[in-house]
Amino acid sequence: MQTIDLSDVGLRETNKTLHAQAADTNQTQWEIINPRGSHAIACGLDAPIEVTVKGSTGYYCAGMNQQATVNIRGSAGPGTGENIMSGKIVIEGDASQYLGATGHGGLIVVKGNASSRCGISMKGVNIVVQGNIGHMSAFMGQSGNLVVCGDAGDALGDSCYEAQFFVRGSVKSLGADCEKKEMRDEHLTLLQGLLDEAGIDADPKDFTRYGSARNLYNFDVDNAGAY
Amino acid sequence: MSNNKIPTTTPRQSATFTQDVNSDIRRAAATGIYDIRGGGAKRKVPSFDDLLFMGASISRYPLEGYREKCDTNVTIGGLNASNPIELDIPITIAGMSFGALSGPAKEALGRGASMAGTSTTTGDGGMTPEERGHSDKLVYQYLPSRYGMNPDDLRKADAIEIVVGQGAKPGGGGMLLGQKISDRVADMRNLPKGIDQRSACRHPDWTGPDDLEIKILELREITGWKVPIYVKVAGARPYYDTTLAIKAGADAVVLDGMQGGTAATQDVFIEHVGQPTLAIVRPAVQALQDLGMHRKVQLILSGGIRSGADVAKAMALGADAVAIGTAALIALGDNDPKWEKEYNELGTTAGAYDDWHEGQDPAGITTQDPELMKRFDPIEGGRRLKNYLKVMTLEAQTIARACGKNHLHNLEPEDLVALTMEAAAMAKVPLAGTDWYPGKPGTGF
Ligand SMILES: Cc1cc2nc3c(=O)[nH]c(=O)nc-3n(C[C@H](O)[C@H](O)[C@H](O)COP(=O)(O)O)c2cc1C
Repeated sequence: MQTIDLSDVGLRETNKTLHAQAADTNQTQWEIINPRGSHAIACGLDAPIEVTVKGSTGYYCAGMNQQATVNIRGSAGPGTGENIMSGKIVIEGDASQYLGATGHGGLIVVKGNASSRCGISMKGVNIVVQGNIGHMSAFMGQSGNLVVCGDAGDALGDSCYEAQFFVRGSVKSLGADCEKKEMRDEHLTLLQGLLDEAGIDADPKDFTRYGSARNLYNFDVDNAGAY
Repeated sequence: MSNNKIPTTTPRQSATFTQDVNSDIRRAAATGIYDIRGGGAKRKVPSFDDLLFMGASISRYPLEGYREKCDTNVTIGGLNASNPIELDIPITIAGMSFGALSGPAKEALGRGASMAGTSTTTGDGGMTPEERGHSDKLVYQYLPSRYGMNPDDLRKADAIEIVVGQGAKPGGGGMLLGQKISDRVADMRNLPKGIDQRSACRHPDWTGPDDLEIKILELREITGWKVPIYVKVAGARPYYDTTLAIKAGADAVVLDGMQGGTAATQDVFIEHVGQPTLAIVRPAVQALQDLGMHRKVQLILSGGIRSGADVAKAMALGADAVAIGTAALIALGDNDPKWEKEYNELGTTAGAYDDWHEGQDPAGITTQDPELMKRFDPIEGGRRLKNYLKVMTLEAQTIARACGKNHLHNLEPEDLVALTMEAAAMAKVPLAGTDWYPGKPGTGF
């Protein structure tokens, strides 16, 4: 285990050290102490390493992540895991707004709650939240899955494309063109897989699936008010 | 009886309800959809055409056109980037999306720009191997939609341009209509084929200048502080937007006026929102000067730049470089009269064709149709663009030498006069024949 004291070496050195790790590095376990809410910690990683941040992080922690696993032992600031491509991010506490924005792949797990715009413009990422999520989540979501074990706020999945949402609790309101969908076997299997990967014990049968009604896919003036 | 006829007045067209206006009304009534088109503002606005250089005489002496040097190089992003962009000429190719343009058209832009010693820019939809492969210097746009955005391409870029707005549509997003969504375009954008692809107007993970500062930090961290980061804004409130972009840590500000082209936007937006390019440059330069950042943070001006004269005027008003979009497409062969018959079949005429979003471009440039794309030769297109960029540069040098300047950057407002009161007020240069412009400090107006 390699330990980096962020308050001591600074952000640039910390990220530089992590970026220098190649695909075949044998230093695969890293720990960052004293993060003190700094922004852009461990962003742009591209190696199969595991980084554990001991404390809370600011904006864009693990942004654009590829291959790496990043554990945040605290709460995470806005835009955590934005544009994640692959790998995994696990947040022990709560996540602020825009979690996993535009993420293309990989998995993000939140043990607490996630704030508004969780999974905004998601493009393939899977996000599993043990608690609740805020309003406007998965706005314009293109693909990937958002799993919420608690409740969802207002306007879930507004203007979404092919992303899917699984919510166990209540949904305050659905956004434009988002509707309740049938839960078929393939969805139960998919959801079970995501819950297993996230290490969360829940029964897929307790969830409801939501997705695009596909009414806004091609412009029609009679839908103008919905755009 | 025969000369008893009551005299009739000649038919009189209304200045309010012109034929253009009436045709807009009929189109709206028939379709129920606002008009979407490509290109920039078509209305006449005060522009660089309303400015003139005075040239040298007894009080200023010129440089010898064929003997004395007039440099044109520019460095962009030296403030924070360890690898700033070094360009031979201050005319760059603006960001135009793959999707709006075909792969071969993007390749031609790369070829032409590289031969001329300048940069080209990606666009909404991501980076294509064609343009990366053929562009010596490629600026990677980071847009609200983040279509095709990935860190591998980000690291391949020579600079990053965070797009906040475009002159054609300040505050607006975008729309790529279903008919242009080929398999390749759909795949790059992670969306199904054939559906309308909306581009958001705001970034998904930041709002406001304080967030932007952190976003810039993140992009620098990911790219190791190597490449410059530009911020592109529409010519809306240039003084404040430039100030905030600098405050957020931009290495360069790209400022796009309302004549600036777009791939597809509502006509009402293009014609009625934003400020003319002429009006936005001085306030932006003022912001740079007030913060002590003029020439440290570069200003790249775009929106209706067509000739070396426009380049020289932009530089004289304080810009460090310009960017061209529409003019580059015309150089490649867009709107060429040789396709007139086909333009007519599309209900238009060469020079007026602006339905770039429909993908039926007879010139094979703004299309994803494989048959139409074949009409366009990227090698020939690249050569034409190179020629055009060279001519613009020579023209700008000709003017600069005539003003006694050994570098385009040495041109200054003092070299200019304005032909109209409006242009004088906007450019803050004297009305021709006077030493006055509206708003000149100390004149009481
Ligand atoms: C076909 C086309 C596509 C464009 N696509 C983009 C884009 O993806 N992103 C962007 O920031 N600007 C885009 N623009 C705007 C240009 O970057 C630039 O601001 C504008 O073209 C400059 O004005 P000009 O066309 O008068 O030279 C596009 C313009 C055109 C003509």
